[in-house]
Amino acid sequence: MIVPTKAGKSIAMGVRRNRPAAIAALILVALAVACFAAPLISHLFGIDGGTVNLLARLEAPSFQHPLGTDELGRDLLIRLLEGGRVSLLTGAAGSCAAAFIGIILGIVSGYAGGRTDAALMRVTDGVIALPLLPLLIVLAAVDMTKVGLPEQFTTSESASLYRIILIIALFGWTTVARLVRAGALAVREREFVLAARALGSGPLRIMFRHVLPNVISPVIVATTLTAGNVILLESVLSFLGLGVQPPLASWGNMLSNAQELMWSAPALAMYPGTLIFLTVLAFNFLGDGLQQALDPRRRRIL
Amino acid sequence: MIDVRVRLTQFDSPMARLILARLLQAVAVLLIMSFAVYGLIGLMPGDPIDLMISADPGLTPADAARLKALYGLDQPLFQRWLHWLLSVASGDLGYSRLYAKPVSEVLGPAFFNTLMLLGSSFLLSMFVALPLGIWAAMRPNSPRDYLINLTAFAGISIPPFWLALMLIAVFAVLLGWLPAGGVGIGSDNGLGAVRYFVLPVATLTFASLGAHTRFMRGAMLEVLGEDYIRTARAKGVGPFRVVVYHALRNAMIPVVTILALEFGTLFSGALVTETVFAWPGMGRLIFDSIMGNDFNLALVALMLATAMTLVGSLLADLIYTWLDPRIRYE
Repeated sequence: MIVPTKAGKSIAMGVRRNRPAAIAALILVALAVACFAAPLISHLFGIDGGTVNLLARLEAPSFQHPLGTDELGRDLLIRLLEGGRVSLLTGAAGSCAAAFIGIILGIVSGYAGGRTDAALMRVTDGVIALPLLPLLIVLAAVDMTKVGLPEQFTTSESASLYRIILIIALFGWTTVARLVRAGALAVREREFVLAARALGSGPLRIMFRHVLPNVISPVIVATTLTAGNVILLESVLSFLGLGVQPPLASWGNMLSNAQELMWSAPALAMYPGTLIFLTVLAFNFLGDGLQQALDPRRRRIL
Repeated sequence: MIDVRVRLTQFDSPMARLILARLLQAVAVLLIMSFAVYGLIGLMPGDPIDLMISADPGLTPADAARLKALYGLDQPLFQRWLHWLLSVASGDLGYSRLYAKPVSEVLGPAFFNTLMLLGSSFLLSMFVALPLGIWAAMRPNSPRDYLINLTAFAGISIPPFWLALMLIAVFAVLLGWLPAGGVGIGSDNGLGAVRYFVLPVATLTFASLGAHTRFMRGAMLEVLGEDYIRTARAKGVGPFRVVVYHALRNAMIPVVTILALEFGTLFSGALVTETVFAWPGMGRLIFDSIMGNDFNLALVALMLATAMTLVGSLLADLIYTWLDPRIRYE
C-alpha cells in the first residue's frame, strides 16, 4: 500500500467518485459547521442554550424556538447544536487520540521487531480481549477526587468530556496498532529503508519519515470508522448517566433526559437520536468510501 | 455490538501461537484485569464502611476503625486483592450486597436469561443476514446491493438504546401490543413469555444484522473473485450453483470465525438492551452491580465476561485453522 505523492488529491478523487461517501462527507461537514457555529447562531438570534425558563418548557416549535423547547425551557435547536459539538468533538478527539497511541505502538512494534514486538503484541491481544462496555462503565464511574486530581478540575464543566475521550483512547488504539505494525513489518524490509539507514538516518527518522507515510492509509480508514463508533459509545455512556455530565449537553445525555419524557414529549427523544444515527451512518459510509478509494483490492472491513 | 476497536485484522493474526501460550496469556490477562478492576472499584464513589455508618448512626469512629480492620480494609490493596483471589479460587465467590444472596446463586439465572435473549437474536440475525449478504455479493454495485448495504450500515449505526426506546414508544405505548420490559420466563405460559422477547430480540437482531450482513457480503465477494470461481463459471455452472456449491464453503470460514468471537461477548453484549428493557441478564447485572457498589458481584461478573472473551477468541483461532488447513500455527 503505497500512497502516491499527491495522496490527498487521489483520496479526494476516489471519494468523489463514490457517491454515498461524498454525500456522507458533505453531511458531516454541514453538521460540524452548524454545531461549531452554535454560539454564533445563538448570539444572532438572541437565544442562549443554557437559559432555563420553566414557564416556557416543552413548547411547540415557534418562530422564537424553531424546534420548540426542552423540559427546562431551553431552546432545543441550540441545545442540539451544542450537544452535537460535544459529540463530534468526542468522536474526533477520541478516535484521533486512539490512532495516535496506535501509530506509536504499532510502528515501534513493527519496526523494532523481536522481543519488543512480541511484548507489545501480547499487550495488544490482552486489551482486545477485555469486555469493553463494562470496563468503560467502571472507569467512567471512578470518583476523580479519590484519584487525587485537583478539585477545580474534577468539578469543571468539561472534566467529564476529557475523561470520556481519555477512556475511549485508552481502549480504542488496538486496531490501528495492529494495522500499523503489519504495514511496518512489510515496509522495513524495503530498499528505501535500507537506503535511508545507509545514509545515516536514525531509527526515529526512518520510522516517522519513511515507514509511517507508507502505512498511513488503512489508519485513515480505521480512524474514520472508529470516530463513528466513538460517537455511539459516548451516547451509550451518556445515556447510562456516565458520560458527558449536564449541564454540558451531548446527544447521549439529552436522550437520557428525554427517556423519562417519552410519552409527553417524544420529539425530545427523536431529534438527538436521529442526529446520532445520521452522524454515525455518515462516518461509516465515509470510511467505506475511503477504504475503496485507498485500497480497492481489499474491500472487507468491520 | 458497539466497539471502538474496529475488527480489521482478525484473520491475519500472527501464525506462531500455541494453545498453551494462549491459555497462559489468558490467565495473565485475567489476573492483571482483576487486579486493575479491584483497584478501580475502590476508587468509585461510596465506601462500604460509610454505608454501614449511614445505616447505623450510633457507630463511633472507633467502631468504624474496628469494622475496617474486621473486613481487612486497613490492609494494602495488593494483600486485599490476593485474599479475594484466593477465596475465589477456592470456590467462595462472596456475598452479593445488592441481591442479598451468594454471588454464585445470582449468576446462574442471569446467565440463562442473557443466553436466551442473545441466542435467539443471534440465530434470527444469522437467518436474515447470511442470505442478504450473499444476495448482495452476487451482484455488487447493483441497486439491491446498495439497498442491502444501506440497511446494514443503518443497523451498525443506530444507537441500540434509542432503537429500543423507539420500539417501546411504538409497540408498547402507542399500539399496546407488547410489554415494554421485564421477562416473562416462568411467570407465564409459553406463548405469554414469548411476547416479552419480541422487542429486545428485535433490537439486538437489528443491531447485529448490519455487521453480519457486511461480513457475509465481504467474504463472499472475496471468494467470488477467485480464479476457481471463474473456472466454474467458464464451465457453464449457473450463478446459484456457483455460490452454493463452489463459493459458500470458503466464504463461510471468516463468518464462522465471527460467530466464535461473538460467543465471547455473550456476557456483556446485551448490556444496554437489557438495561432499557429491564431484562434481568448478565449485562444488567454487571451494570447494576457496578453502580450499586456491589463489589463481589461486579468483580466476578467482570472476570467471567473477560474469560468468555478470551475463550471466544481462542475458539475463533482454532475454528479458523480447522476450517482452513492452509493455515498452520507453528
